[in-house]
Amino acid sequence: MQEEIRILSTSSVCGAGFLESSFERALAQKPHFIGCDGGSTDPGPAYLGSSRTVFPKDAIRRDLRLMLIGARRLNIPLIIGSAGTGGNDTQLEMMHQMVNDIAASDHLSFRLALIQAEQNKVYLKQRLNEGGIKPLSPAPHFDSATIDRSEHIVGMMGAEPFIRALKAGADVIIAGRASDTAIFAAMPIMMGFPEGLAWHAAKILECGAASVVQRKTPDCMFAWVRKDHFVVEAPDPELRCTPQSIASHSLYENADPFRLVECSGTLDLTRSRYESAGDRSVRVSDSAFLPAERYTVKLEGAEKVGYQSILIGSIRDPFIIRQIDDWIARLREKVHNRVDMVYSERITREDYLLHIRIYGKNGTMGPLEPVKEISSHELCLTFEVTAQTQEIASTIAGILRHQALHLPIPEWSGLITSLACPYNHLDRGPVYRFNVNHVVEPSDPYEMFPMTIVEIGASASKKVSA
Amino acid sequence: MTSLAQLAQLIRSKNAGPFELTFDIMFDDAKTYERVKQSNKVTREIVAKLYNLSANDVKFFFCDAALAIKASIPRPFTQGDPRDSDGHGGQQYAPLMEIQIP
Repeated sequence: MQEEIRILSTSSVCGAGFLESSFERALAQKPHFIGCDGGSTDPGPAYLGSSRTVFPKDAIRRDLRLMLIGARRLNIPLIIGSAGTGGNDTQLEMMHQMVNDIAASDHLSFRLALIQAEQNKVYLKQRLNEGGIKPLSPAPHFDSATIDRSEHIVGMMGAEPFIRALKAGADVIIAGRASDTAIFAAMPIMMGFPEGLAWHAAKILECGAASVVQRKTPDCMFAWVRKDHFVVEAPDPELRCTPQSIASHSLYENADPFRLVECSGTLDLTRSRYESAGDRSVRVSDSAFLPAERYTVKLEGAEKVGYQSILIGSIRDPFIIRQIDDWIARLREKVHNRVDMVYSERITREDYLLHIRIYGKNGTMGPLEPVKEISSHELCLTFEVTAQTQEIASTIAGILRHQALHLPIPEWSGLITSLACPYNHLDRGPVYRFNVNHVVEPSDPYEMFPMTIVEIGASASKKVSA
Repeated sequence: MTSLAQLAQLIRSKNAGPFELTFDIMFDDAKTYERVKQSNKVTREIVAKLYNLSANDVKFFFCDAALAIKASIPRPFTQGDPRDSDGHGGQQYAPLMEIQIP
C-alpha cells in the first residue's frame, strides 16, 4: 500500500470559481485525483425542482474546463458530484453535454462515468410499501402521494458508486446528487486508508478553502492523507489554516459537529486531534468511523407548490404603522371577498396562499422574532400570492394591489392611497418545496445509482451500461 | 456584564440541511471561550427560551478544539417553503448577541 494519497479540491462548488494560480500550485504537488462538488440543497428547492443551476452555466463551464484539462495533463481522475446543483437526471445530462463540448473543443479523450441519482418512482413506492423508507428528524409526511407530486427525487450517493466507477477505469466521473464528502473519501477508502481519516479529510476538502482563517475568495484546498493522520493546506501561500480553523469547519452547515452521518456509517470527531504542521498547515489524527448496521441513502425531493406573483410596497403613515396587524387582517378579508366576486366562488380562499411579510417588524425572523414592539418609521411589505396557475396568481395579486392601495383607516376620511409601490406586481413562475427528509434502506449501495461508461474523444463513443 | 456579541469572534446562523437551523458561536482565544462556557449563560435552555422552543428540541454542543459553542434547532418553516423568510438561514442569530456574560 502506498504511503499517502494527495487530494486536490478545487472549490466549494463547481461554478463558484478558484484562482488559476492556486490550481497550478496544487497540480505541482502531484495530486492523485481532483474532486469538486457541483451542488447542494443550500440554494433552495427551486433548483432540484426546475432543473435550473444556481451558478451561471458559463461559470460552471469555466471551472469544469480548467479541471478537465488539469486532470488529463496529470492523467489523474476528476470526480464531480451533485451535478448541476440538484443532481437530478436533467442536470446530470446538462453537465454531460458540457463535458462533451469541452472535450471536443480542447481535444481531450478519456473514459467518462456518469452516475445517476434520480430515483425511479416505482422503485421508491416499492421500498415504501416494504417499510424500507424511514424518517429522519424533523421529517415532513411522506407517502406514495408525495412521490407522485414530486418533480424530482434524488438519492444522496455514498462512496461506493464512485469506487465502482474508479474500478471501471473512469478518468472522469460526473455523478448526480452525492454526499459532498463521498466525492473525496471514495479513492482513499478504495486504496485502504483508514475510513475515519478519509471521511474527515473529505469533510474539510468539500468546501474548498472555506476552512482557512480568512478566505479571500472561493479557492483550492489540498490534503495529504496518510496511515495515521492527514495534513491540510491551502495552495494559495497567502491562506493559512490553524488547528482552530480546521476544527471549527466541522461545525459548518451541520446540526451535530462531532457526528456526521454518511450512507455507510458515522464519522466520529469526538477524539480528533488538531495540531499545527508548519505555518499554514494542520495535522489531524484520531478521527474515527463507526460502520452503520444498515446502509442508508438519504432522499431529497422537490414538488411544485404552485405559481407565484409578488407585490412589494412600503408604508410611511404612522397611523397605518401603529395598526399594521389589524390593517393586514382587514386587507386579507377584502382580498378574499373580492376574489369571491371575481371568480364567482369558483376559487375559494383554500385554493390560494396569500403570504404577507412585514419588514421593519418581523420580516426576517417571522415567528422566531422576540422583539414585539416596533418603533420603525416605515415598513416594507411583500405580498405573495401562490395559486394553481400563474394566471390566477397574477389576477389575485392585481386584486390585492388595488385593495391595499385604498384600504381605508378610521383616522382619515376620504379616499387614501396607503401603499407606496416602486413597481407593479411580478410573476415569479413556479415555486417549489422540499418534501422529504427520509432515508432508503437499499439492498446494496449501487441499485439506486446506475452507471454508464462513455469513451470520450479519440477512441470514439462506445457506450457501456452497468 | 458583557454581551456575547462583544466577546465572540463570530456568531452566525446557517441551514443544516433544509429542515434545521444551526448557530455557531466562535471565539478567538481559549480564555474568552472558557469564560463564556463556565458562565452557564449560554446553555441549551437559554437557546430554547430565546427561540420559543422546548429544551428537547435544541441540540447543544461545546466544541473545545474549535473554541466554539454550537446549537441546532428545527426550522420554523422548511427552507424555501412559501412561508420561509430566510432561505440560507443566515439572519436568525441576532437574539443570541444580547446574552449577557458576567
